[in-house]
Amino acid sequence: MTALMTSPTRRRPSGAAPAGDSGRRGRLAVSRALLWPALATSIVLTQIPFLLTIYYSLQSWNMLRPGDRGFAGLDNYADVLRDGSFLSSLGATVAVTGSAVVASTLLGMLFAVLLDRRFVGRGVARTLMITPFLVMPAAAALIWKWSILDAATGMANWGLGLVGLPPVAWNTELPMLTIILVLTWQYTPFVMLILLAGLQAQDKDVLEAAAVDGAGALRTFGEITLPHLRQYVEIAVLLASIMLLQVFDPIAIMTRGTGGTKTLSYLLYERAFVGLEVGEAAAYGVMTVLVTIVVASVALRTLFKVFSKEGIDR
Amino acid sequence: MTSSRLRAALITVVTWVLVLMFFFPVAWMVFTAFKPEHQAATSPPTFAPDLTLDRFGAVFDRDMMPYLINSFSASLGSTLLVLALAIPAAYALSIRPVTNVRDALFFFISTRFMPVAASIIPVYLLLQSVGGLDNITWLTVLYVGVNLPIAVWMMRSFLAEVPREVIEAAQLDGARLGTEIFRVVLPIVLPGVAAAGLICFIFAWNEFFLANLLTAQVARPTPPFLTSFVDGRGQFLAVLSAAATVAIVPVVLAGWIAQKQLVRGLAMGAIK
Repeated sequence: MTALMTSPTRRRPSGAAPAGDSGRRGRLAVSRALLWPALATSIVLTQIPFLLTIYYSLQSWNMLRPGDRGFAGLDNYADVLRDGSFLSSLGATVAVTGSAVVASTLLGMLFAVLLDRRFVGRGVARTLMITPFLVMPAAAALIWKWSILDAATGMANWGLGLVGLPPVAWNTELPMLTIILVLTWQYTPFVMLILLAGLQAQDKDVLEAAAVDGAGALRTFGEITLPHLRQYVEIAVLLASIMLLQVFDPIAIMTRGTGGTKTLSYLLYERAFVGLEVGEAAAYGVMTVLVTIVVASVALRTLFKVFSKEGIDR
Repeated sequence: MTSSRLRAALITVVTWVLVLMFFFPVAWMVFTAFKPEHQAATSPPTFAPDLTLDRFGAVFDRDMMPYLINSFSASLGSTLLVLALAIPAAYALSIRPVTNVRDALFFFISTRFMPVAASIIPVYLLLQSVGGLDNITWLTVLYVGVNLPIAVWMMRSFLAEVPREVIEAAQLDGARLGTEIFRVVLPIVLPGVAAAGLICFIFAWNEFFLANLLTAQVARPTPPFLTSFVDGRGQFLAVLSAAATVAIVPVVLAGWIAQKQLVRGLAMGAIK
């Protein structure tokens, strides 16, 4: 998720290595030896299980009937597509991820701009702002559910009461909004951090020149700062999307998938570990991966663009 | 002049109001943890309670310690393993380039993009068949898989900042690879190692899905344990708040203290 490292690594032409050709081959062998343990670990822990998931998805297999296991072809996929749950979960996933990403980005931008200014206690304000990102998501979900958004004793409803509004049963009446609210709270600091770094990387001379030329603050922001921030916004949006696509904790803790909040990761959990339908759940898993790949490929393309600009291609 | 000063002051006030609103849930949680149970969930809220440490006592009476220890060993263990694997790999990717740097990097980051849905079913079944469920060692190993790509990426960008001349000088001196890494390069990137380690620790400490699914009693870490404080029969908000406070304090304090490293780690490429 912190995949925004784009420091330029300018390389000498390989011929400039101190030793000759054999020395270079030796160094390459060393490099491979250094890389191999991490690569192998990653393959064993993530790729092989994924291949197994694909294999399971082609089988009819319920843990309650271990004797009945057999090859099922694409039956599980047909079931997944025929069953309305997949499509409605896909919708829920897109809605939750999309809204939380948009809200976190707008708020993250606002806070980045506000906390980039010099003001009294800026350091403390920044420290407080990064806290939601550090808080254990399970703890955050529990506290939001029972302490802030509780229908009878929650602070949110008390606040509504102060301005004369009726109380809201957040978890049951507005489950979707509740989930998006909590996720936005957790991801705004993440977006803010990236955008704040972008603001700090801005060329101060250009800003001063704009001020000297009499451009107003808003115009300077719109015409100089925003274009400069674009790349940072893109990266923040893509990373946040990928993390939010997998979100599970607040849904498991706050709504248990009720009220249209059953995202793909929660649906899969339910099918596999409550319903014990291994084959069908594996098919859900593969479909979830396909959805993520669509997003991830966009993400990788953007990162690639950043890369080529920074000259990692030798 | 005065009008622009006034505007600046106004923006500062707005900033502080917004920041405090954002921080409020955390502050309220900590405050609630110091309330007696009957003053925790009240309508209207109790702003001047009889402050007490009683609920923290109740948390540890419920035996929270083993869960914290489980969290700690899985987080620390996986972080150390991740760093041991990631530093050499990142070294190979940045300072001693292998032929397909970009392929390798993309591979690592794509495993991070892969949802846990892709692998959880076989992982669960395999662990079940070898008796590896509810086992902290296996959970630690899985956290290595989750955090390794992040650490490789972060370390690579920190290592790429090491001046080439320093390494070349060491190599001309005939320094062996071990010396080159441990004596020359590592001291320079130590802050980066700290940042990567801290971020991996935070992710492992906060992880819920695997912890909830793959452990039951013996190896259960803190996040799923927290949900057990929700009690259908009586009041529980103060004790839940106390438990949640205990659960978040190590990581939040570490994040605050190492804020500079953390921010640098998270926004690395953006700064550069």
